[in-house]
Amino acid sequence: MTTPVALSPRRVVVLGAASAIAEATCRVLAAQGASFALLGRDAARLDAIAADLSARGAAKAVAVAKDLADARDAEAVLAACARDIGPIDTVMIFYGVLGDQAQAEADLAEAARLLQVNFTSAALWALAAAPHVEQAGARGVILAVSSVAGDRGRRSNFIYGAAKGGLALIMQGLAHKFGAKPGGPRAVALKLGFVDTPMTAHVKKGGPLWATPAGVAPVIARALERGGPMVYAPWFWRFVMLAIRVTPQAIFNRVNL
Amino acid sequence: MILPAPGPAESWGRVVRASSRRLAPQFRDEVARGLAAARDAGVSTLGVGLGRSYGDSGLNSDQAVIDARHLDRLISFDPDAGVLRAEAGASLGALAQVLAPRGFFLPTVPGTRFVTLGGAVANDVHGKNHERAGTFGANVRRIGLRRSDGVVEIAPGDDLFAATIGGLGLTGFIEWVEIGVTRIPSTLIDQETIPFDDLDAFFAIAAESKARFEHTVAWVDCTQGGKSIGRGVFTRGVWAPDGGFAPHTDRALPVPIEAPSFALNPLTLKAFNVAYDAAQRLKAGTARVHYTGHFWPLDSLFGWNKLYGPKGFYQYQCVLPWATGRDGVAEMLRRIARSGEGSFLAVLKTFGDRPSPGMLSFPMPGTTLALDFRNRGAATMKLLAALDDIVREAGGRLYPAKDGRMPAAMFRAGYPALDRFATFVDPAFSSDFWRRITA
Ligand SMILES: Cc1cc2nc3c(=O)[nH]c(=O)nc-3n(C[C@H](O)[C@H](O)[C@H](O)COP(=O)(O)OP(=O)(O)OC[C@H]3O[C@@H](n4cnc5c(N)ncnc54)[C@H](O)[C@@H]3O)c2cc1C
Ligand SMILES: NC(=O)c1ccc[n+]([C@@H]2O[C@H](COP(=O)([O-])OP(=O)(O)OC[C@H]3O[C@@H](n4cnc5c(N)ncnc54)[C@H](OP(=O)(O)O)[C@@H]3O)[C@@H](O)[C@H]2O)c1
Repeated sequence: MTTPVALSPRRVVVLGAASAIAEATCRVLAAQGASFALLGRDAARLDAIAADLSARGAAKAVAVAKDLADARDAEAVLAACARDIGPIDTVMIFYGVLGDQAQAEADLAEAARLLQVNFTSAALWALAAAPHVEQAGARGVILAVSSVAGDRGRRSNFIYGAAKGGLALIMQGLAHKFGAKPGGPRAVALKLGFVDTPMTAHVKKGGPLWATPAGVAPVIARALERGGPMVYAPWFWRFVMLAIRVTPQAIFNRVNL
Repeated sequence: MILPAPGPAESWGRVVRASSRRLAPQFRDEVARGLAAARDAGVSTLGVGLGRSYGDSGLNSDQAVIDARHLDRLISFDPDAGVLRAEAGASLGALAQVLAPRGFFLPTVPGTRFVTLGGAVANDVHGKNHERAGTFGANVRRIGLRRSDGVVEIAPGDDLFAATIGGLGLTGFIEWVEIGVTRIPSTLIDQETIPFDDLDAFFAIAAESKARFEHTVAWVDCTQGGKSIGRGVFTRGVWAPDGGFAPHTDRALPVPIEAPSFALNPLTLKAFNVAYDAAQRLKAGTARVHYTGHFWPLDSLFGWNKLYGPKGFYQYQCVLPWATGRDGVAEMLRRIARSGEGSFLAVLKTFGDRPSPGMLSFPMPGTTLALDFRNRGAATMKLLAALDDIVREAGGRLYPAKDGRMPAAMFRAGYPALDRFATFVDPAFSSDFWRRITA
């Protein structure tokens, strides 16, 4: 309906497939007949998602239980995925943890964990995915979910924000590398605003800034086809963040964000 | 899992507003933990869906609710057998979007698509094709029910199944539902619109429609008294033999702000009814329409319930047996016309003979009339009590999904299996409706 049907269905590796936003996005792709390797920590939950995607039209959906913060075997895991679902043309990195800024400042081990999950491991998965999508040529795409929190360091969440901002730079760099020759794959950093998911369950919601997983899913599916390397979803965040980025530090210091 | 602090809750009629501790699990494995958390906090639990029930059957004030809306996965779909199993929070609209492009549809749908499978089971909802399909529950093959002492799978023939269909969420949390789905020749409906001048004409058209039309419903003008009583417009439809399998989209016009309470009043009501009547009469004839406009005309105005203003409104839906239906409906319409209260959307339908599977299922063979009244406090209560008397006298009953006020005696009179049902209520579950009715 709102998303164009891809020429041929994608073969997708989803890192963090149990994320609410990942699942909503996969539903859009399943309706187009995509094949999935679904990675995450909880096997039973991944199985439930795989069954759902299959019933919605996915050609294939396999569940792979794995703690993604550990990316040491990323190459082997992706190779196994390619054996399961065929040559991979799409890799989406969805997993992440919001954490608590104050706690992470007080406890460096927690800060290290936030950086390991949200940046270091995600960057390594993206690097390991690059040769796969390069094989796929212009169809190939790596999409990583970044955040508007990565656009400017703010006292309320700059450890998470730095990790997400760093991840966006990795994607931008990959896009530049892929773009060196015509016909190459794409890399996209998806900068999400506020989305109503389990990650934000504790936050008081309401108002026009909040989106739903089903609302941003078509935007993400479209970002697999074109645009980038930095895509804001919903779109208005591009302008919100522009305003936030250009605010002089002296004024910014007085804003509690 | 910790139970969140109480937050606001309201039902579709917005008269009853409550506060409850809401859990919204993303995965089925969280349901048992949610129940345990409620037990540890010493409160009862109620499973809820999209909150489209009008009164208090979907509320559990100051206690816990488990909102099923994120449990919306398909579990399996077998096109050869025509069987779909899905988690209970899946909405009928979302399921229709999956089924329609493959040439299938739900066996029956209520007047809005924003209803979950669990809600459709717990109220044993009905559609415009009751004569053919029976109630929603009549098409349910299996249910996965989470009780406070574990999960059970129940099927037709089991007493717990009969208690759970139409069981108002009181027998446990419905985790998944398996239903038989129907093949359709297209996603379009050949629809006929026929004005009628009185109730006799309504019954004549209804009888004449049975053989050829699967879907029938009528709108009646409640502002008309005297000779014009029962004037209205009959709509009937049948799946078109061809036209493709395009599903519906999710576009709707939102009603973002609460209308002031004068938005719907006797004057606007009269004007609306006259205009609606005229518009429908102009449309009289045959048209080929998409199923969404035929089944869910109100869904194109998202949040229309706010039009009644901050005090909300009452729905009132009764069913009267065949023998007393005509005279009973006429008397109710006369009583409403005299009150000057009117009703925007008075809907008249017939139920067929297919038995309802639930102990507390609402549909029975006969005529059903659904009305809405803005909440004007005591005056509204007085009118509804007068309608109660007519319904009781006629041997009819009221629909709990639409109710927020019927006296316990009225409920008991309409539902003779109530005492038997009560033995299947899970002690960890309750609702505002249940406490009110059993007080
Ligand atoms: C515009 C409109 C038109 C309508 N037309 C019709 C119609 O034509 N025919 C008809 O029959 N009804 C009709 N209804 C009523 C509606 O179909 C019912 O109220 C339905 O049950 C609402 O489902 P829900 O998902 O919103 O559930 P809720 O309203 O949230 O809950 C309804 C009941 O189901 C229970 N429940 C919900 N989920 C679960 C679960 N997972 N486990 C256990 N219990 C659960 C709740 O406890 C409650 O008792 C209409 C309503 C509206 C607003
Ligand atoms: N929601 C928002 O407002 C928002 C805004 C901007 C960006 N984002 C980003 O969007 C992405 C998706 O989040 P969401 O909102 O959909 O929240 P979510 O439903 O809570 O999803 C987060 C997912 O990450 C997984 N995960 C965390 N650590 C993991 C690990 N070590 N290994 C494997 N999986 C792990 C979680 O799995 P477990 O269940 O196993 O923990 C969970 O499925 C995240 O990267 C988030 O940072 C969200």
